[in-house]
Amino acid sequence: MCSALALGIGSLEAAVKWMVFCVYVVELARSHERIRALSADRIPDSALAPVENGRSQRERRKRGETHLPLGKPGVGFTGVRMMGIISSELERCWSEMGFHLLKSRRLYSVSLQEFWHRHSTHGIFVFEPFSAAKMPFLTVVCGFCVARFQPGPAGCERKMRWVIVDTPTSPVTSGLPLFFVITVTAIKQGYEDWLRHKADNEVNKYPVTVLEDGRSVKKESEKIKVGDVVEVVEDETFPCDLILLQSSREDGTCFTHYTVPDTEKDLQALTAAIECEQPQPDLYKFVGRMHIYKPEQEPAVSSIKVKPAWQLLKPCTLFHLSLDRLKCFYEPLRRVLHESGPGQIRPTYFQQCCSLGATLTSLGPENLLLKGATLKNTKKIYGVALYTGMETKMALNYQGKSQKRSAVEKSINAFLLVYLCILISKAIVCTTLKYVWQSKEGQDEPWYNQKTQKEKDTNMYLKMFTDFLSFMVLFNFIIPVSMYVTVEMQKFLGSFFITWDKDFVDPEIQEGALVNTSDLNEELGQVEYVFTDKTGTLTQNNMEFIECCIDGFQYKHRDNRSELDGFTVTDGPVNKLQQKAGREKEELFLRALCLCHTVQVKEAGSEVVTDQVDGIDGMIHQPEEERGFIASSPDEIALVKGAMKYGFTFLGLESKSMKIRNRQNDIEEYKLLHVLNFDPVRRRMSVIVQTKSGETLLFCKGADSSIFPRVKPEEVDRIRMHVERNATEGYRTLCVAYKQLSAEEYAVADTGLREARLALQDREEKLMAMYNQVETGMSLIGATAVEDRLQEEAAETMEALQGAGMKVWVLTGDKMETAKSTCYACRLFQRGTELLELTVRTLEDGRSWSTANQDYGFIIDGATLSLLMNPPRDADASLYRNLFLQICQNCTAVLCCRMAPLQKAQIVKMVKNSKGSPITLSIGDGANDVSMILEAHVGIGIKGKEGRQAVRNSDYAIPKLKHLKKLLLAHGHLYYVRIAHLVQYFFYKNLCFILPQFLYQFFCGYSQQPLYDAAYLTMYNICFTSMPILAYSLLEQHISIEILLDHAALYREIANNAMLRWRPFLYWTVLGIFQGLLFFFGVRFLFSNPALQDNGQVFGNWSYGTIVFTVLVFTVTLKLALDTRHWTWINHFVIWGSLAFYVFFSFFWGGIIWPFLKQQRLYFVFANMLSSVSAWLVIIILILLSLLPEILLVVLRKPRGPHSRQMKRRLPSSGTSTIFMLSQTASTHSFSWSD
Amino acid sequence: MKNEGEGSERPDNTAFTQQRLPAWQPILSAGIVIPGFLIIGLAFIGIGIGLFLTSQTIQVLEMDYTGVEKDSPCFRCTIQSSQNCTCDVTFSLSTLFTGPVFFYYGLSNYFQNFRKYGVSKDYYQLTGDTKYFKSPQDVCAPYAYDSKSNPIVPCGAIANSMFNDTFELYQIINGTKKQVPLDGKGISWWTDYNIKYRNPSPVNGSFANAFEGTVKPINWPKAAYELDLTDPYNNGFLNQDFLVWMRRSALPQFRKLYRRITEGDYSAGLPAGNYSLTVHYNYPVLSFDGRKKVVFSNVSWMGGKNDFLGIAYLVVGSLCVVMSVVMLIVYAKFKFSDDDA
Repeated sequence: MCSALALGIGSLEAAVKWMVFCVYVVELARSHERIRALSADRIPDSALAPVENGRSQRERRKRGETHLPLGKPGVGFTGVRMMGIISSELERCWSEMGFHLLKSRRLYSVSLQEFWHRHSTHGIFVFEPFSAAKMPFLTVVCGFCVARFQPGPAGCERKMRWVIVDTPTSPVTSGLPLFFVITVTAIKQGYEDWLRHKADNEVNKYPVTVLEDGRSVKKESEKIKVGDVVEVVEDETFPCDLILLQSSREDGTCFTHYTVPDTEKDLQALTAAIECEQPQPDLYKFVGRMHIYKPEQEPAVSSIKVKPAWQLLKPCTLFHLSLDRLKCFYEPLRRVLHESGPGQIRPTYFQQCCSLGATLTSLGPENLLLKGATLKNTKKIYGVALYTGMETKMALNYQGKSQKRSAVEKSINAFLLVYLCILISKAIVCTTLKYVWQSKEGQDEPWYNQKTQKEKDTNMYLKMFTDFLSFMVLFNFIIPVSMYVTVEMQKFLGSFFITWDKDFVDPEIQEGALVNTSDLNEELGQVEYVFTDKTGTLTQNNMEFIECCIDGFQYKHRDNRSELDGFTVTDGPVNKLQQKAGREKEELFLRALCLCHTVQVKEAGSEVVTDQVDGIDGMIHQPEEERGFIASSPDEIALVKGAMKYGFTFLGLESKSMKIRNRQNDIEEYKLLHVLNFDPVRRRMSVIVQTKSGETLLFCKGADSSIFPRVKPEEVDRIRMHVERNATEGYRTLCVAYKQLSAEEYAVADTGLREARLALQDREEKLMAMYNQVETGMSLIGATAVEDRLQEEAAETMEALQGAGMKVWVLTGDKMETAKSTCYACRLFQRGTELLELTVRTLEDGRSWSTANQDYGFIIDGATLSLLMNPPRDADASLYRNLFLQICQNCTAVLCCRMAPLQKAQIVKMVKNSKGSPITLSIGDGANDVSMILEAHVGIGIKGKEGRQAVRNSDYAIPKLKHLKKLLLAHGHLYYVRIAHLVQYFFYKNLCFILPQFLYQFFCGYSQQPLYDAAYLTMYNICFTSMPILAYSLLEQHISIEILLDHAALYREIANNAMLRWRPFLYWTVLGIFQGLLFFFGVRFLFSNPALQDNGQVFGNWSYGTIVFTVLVFTVTLKLALDTRHWTWINHFVIWGSLAFYVFFSFFWGGIIWPFLKQQRLYFVFANMLSSVSAWLVIIILILLSLLPEILLVVLRKPRGPHSRQMKRRLPSSGTSTIFMLSQTASTHSFSWSD
Repeated sequence: MKNEGEGSERPDNTAFTQQRLPAWQPILSAGIVIPGFLIIGLAFIGIGIGLFLTSQTIQVLEMDYTGVEKDSPCFRCTIQSSQNCTCDVTFSLSTLFTGPVFFYYGLSNYFQNFRKYGVSKDYYQLTGDTKYFKSPQDVCAPYAYDSKSNPIVPCGAIANSMFNDTFELYQIINGTKKQVPLDGKGISWWTDYNIKYRNPSPVNGSFANAFEGTVKPINWPKAAYELDLTDPYNNGFLNQDFLVWMRRSALPQFRKLYRRITEGDYSAGLPAGNYSLTVHYNYPVLSFDGRKKVVFSNVSWMGGKNDFLGIAYLVVGSLCVVMSVVMLIVYAKFKFSDDDA
């Protein structure tokens, strides 16, 4: 019997060891994966090398083949690329299998686990798509447990349980809670994993049309290989980074503004090779070349020709390939390379290509279609997959999604460490005292308790060690293992309240909030820095023409339909001398608006605007009346529409001629000669058009700062005031100028522009110079004001966040001016805010800032930031960064404009890692915000109408910005308070649970005698005390949600992890110790005479333990009841219910002879205890006494409590002040145009 | 992680999901707590007084008979290694010792709560399961088998170390000893005697036969089936003294009920007079520096004499009262200052 038990324990031990080992390895793999992996986006892994049917790896090895089974050279390159993503571990495995040829220098990593997964299921060559789901299901179940305990010591603790056979408590006693914890958590993890799998499949497995051997083949998106020709039809997103080959539009542009290589007309007989740079994250940079072979000059390398031929060489990453890596995959090329020798690869290859008669075409960023963008306004395009999977530019812009751990978890781990120390010191104290005590004569082995021979023979030090471990086992309940599961449950269930909240339901999209991870609920209550995207987040990215100013006179359009038809009805300036500008000027201005743009007309269907500014950002669906416009920037559309309201309608561009309908309903036609594109440096764009009458006109519109220097100063004065006023009101302002070009002038300009465009070298610079040359000497005709409407309640939300002590940073890819105006509109910058600009423009001229005591706003742009982050070699990078950080942290609001996605993440990272490691929150809606969403502690996605990228990668997704307020101020606050209390309470209750057991050791000869029965030890955390705290942690509202929302300042009370700092922890610990001492010694004094019944019978040790335990359960539960401020029926049910359950259980447990128990030690102990009046009395007094200090504290704190709250209420709340400010804003509106 | 709120699937609008369940929001205001404390305090003081007075009425007579001092009556038994040492402890009562009188023996520095000691018994043996008579459980070691590998019944350290001093109490009336009848019934828990422990069923009509093939515990003078030959209902594992001993004490200093004095002339208690307690001194305690004593006590509704509870109630009660007064002052002061402001 006993030996069977021992055997059982032994195998258990082995099982646990095995499990721990497995889990450790899996965990290692997981963490490794997390570092690099892009789990969030579930990007399909590109590389798929073929498996040769029926030939296993092993077989091949036997036959001594040491090369990859690559039949076709093209596939070889795929192989190279596949290698490119193999991590060093994987490489080792490969080399063990005979692939020594791979000696890559720098490789991207894919996790080892990933590798295993592939290996086990598909053989070594198949790389399945990347999956965010971290592990196969089975490993989750066993793998999970220690993963949980890794941070904490509980895991190791558990192992010890089985190391010693002779334990004071049976393995079941301690194992049951563990088993419970594991089961519950594994279920939860498994469920989440399953959901993740599902989401993965959604992204990885959507069908994509790929041309293979001339046929269209439907493939799952994950299976696209580099070099595949992919067909994308309208409104589809690009499944990977593509080089555009052909589009269905006649002019060869696809509306992402990428131009097709000129020669690429007939794809049917295209044979080409593409070289490109190694994948790199910069969205705006791309360098590549395409070698197009004439059909008759088939290069030797392409051996197989299928008709109709789509023989496209796979792109190779030639620039970074070493000779070694190439040679094993690509035989023909190797020959070439060998002949030239290493170091001369490039020229030789090119010579080779050129000698074959290839045409070289250079590829730039304009040729690249980025993954994630959507094809618009073009029926269909063909593109060749260039970067796939994790190598797409978007993917490289994602930070690896490292598992986010909340500050609370860190606190838990710190506390855990303290408790571990307590545990160990308790065990050490007991062990030491035991041997001291035993050294006294007769104590060690009294005659009534002889040792067995085996025990006598045991080595003294070993005995000490086993004693130590026994004590550890006895006291290990002090480590609240079940806290993990409770925290887990709390988070899991608690997050449902966010999903359920009907305040988060947006009537437009009919959706509520979405919770992607429940691990960060409490972090919402700890946010210190908010990083927000601008377009689509703060603003609706929905431009509206507000007013214009022609020749110094303001025209304001009324939103009234009846007055729509023209200029005659305007809110003109109240200037008495002149009601409005001359009619000619008006019409010129409106023509300028109609002509100077790159808008295209879309007649039917839904209109889509692509925001070119942010690259792949924003597609905005815009319900439109009868006419739709498409443009790279929404404000252009707003302008065209504005002109339309005033009677000038742009009809479209047909074969280089623009048609407009003027106010007289006549159609005017203009020949479009040149478009001088917008660029962020010039910050203006122009068109040169020719009227019917042969006049050549240049219309230019742009930012005031770039227009004003190019026009006559006297014109500027008339308009500047309006422009500035509009800018401060948060409108995007543009100035419009024109110039009449004489024939000669035009001829010069024309040739200059053409030459510059064809230039192969320094094309940009030459164009720029030419533009500057043309756009001079213009005359200013007016200015426009376009409003990018703010999201609903954006200003209030921002104000509430600031009121709650958060610092709001705006990170945008937008222009500085627009961003700045938005900041003003959101009240992030106030009128009195002194703005500090650190941009490329201001960098040169040194300026001394006024040092007055006032609010500062800080503005920095992307270029400057990159200078700052990566300063020239000799500069001290960290110094700059620190300075920057210091400045930023002292500003009330910070605006970073022209940010690349990765830069956004950099900023977040910088703040995140700054001193005190503040909690950061990023909120955004577009794919370009993904990196910062991932980087921040808490990432919030806006469920805009844009793609789901941000939502998918976020931790929480909300429909609108305004929901952030409730999410943080109410939900975040409550979650934090709940979980903080939960954590403290758990530590406390375990401390006062186990302290009596520790004290008992002093009275039982340090023999590890448990004070409580095994059932109590097991059930304490699982059953008796778990439900009330869970209910509390789900339902508690110490302050009601309304008050929390009204008083943003309440959020500050819990800032900096206030409830989980060492002070409160100390308080709880002291409380636990106090109560533990009380329980033990109270009963100890009672037991100085163990005859406690009126029949004179005496109580034994189990009665002692049961009395202590009863007091303990009641005290701990009532302590929670005292802390509960929000008693719903659930709280009542659970609190009184678990007390009743305890009583019931004790009766039940003690009322039956349990056949499976070896010792009926609790038989009738509880009932007997209740029959003793003294026991009752001692239980009552001990409960009261242990709660007394708590009640006292509550009461003594109270007299000020209600009053202070009343005081708070009396203060003007942030709500009213918002109204106040709004009215102010309104008044400025109405006043401003009157002068 | 969560199901996405699909377009049609809007979140339920219930009080629970919106966290708007009707709730009672108690505030421990001074208005409740101060009178509450006062009431509790007064009630506790009341209970405390009651307890204290009750405790005072309980008579206790404790006598250490270990025989450490040379002049103590049992001293000779400690040096003499001979068996069957008897000594007489005399005492006198000046007043009536009200009955029923409970006769306890007490041991100190005796660790019945050693873990190894505590598990060292075979519950299956003690329920009369003869299967386990032949093969006691391992936990009984080293008291499972004797030196000749015969199984011990009842095995284990607890049974083996059963207290085996016996006492006889005599009242000395005019120089003659009058035995005070001691009642050995009802000294163990009812459930232990009636349910938890069971004797093996007699084999061939003989109770002793059930124990065949086993030996008595090493330290026992007689086998389990001979514990009380006079009363078959007090024999074997159902021997009351055995049951009392088997219920382990919580602390190293403990007392266990030995007998009750309820019968005959002594049902009203022990009258004043001289008494002599004859001790059959068998149980060695000096090797571990233990002490043995006998205690005569009567009990009240609260059990035996225990001043602790009464004092605790008095202290906590007055503490409550004092605190309510302090709180009143604090509260008044704060209220006052608030009005000022």
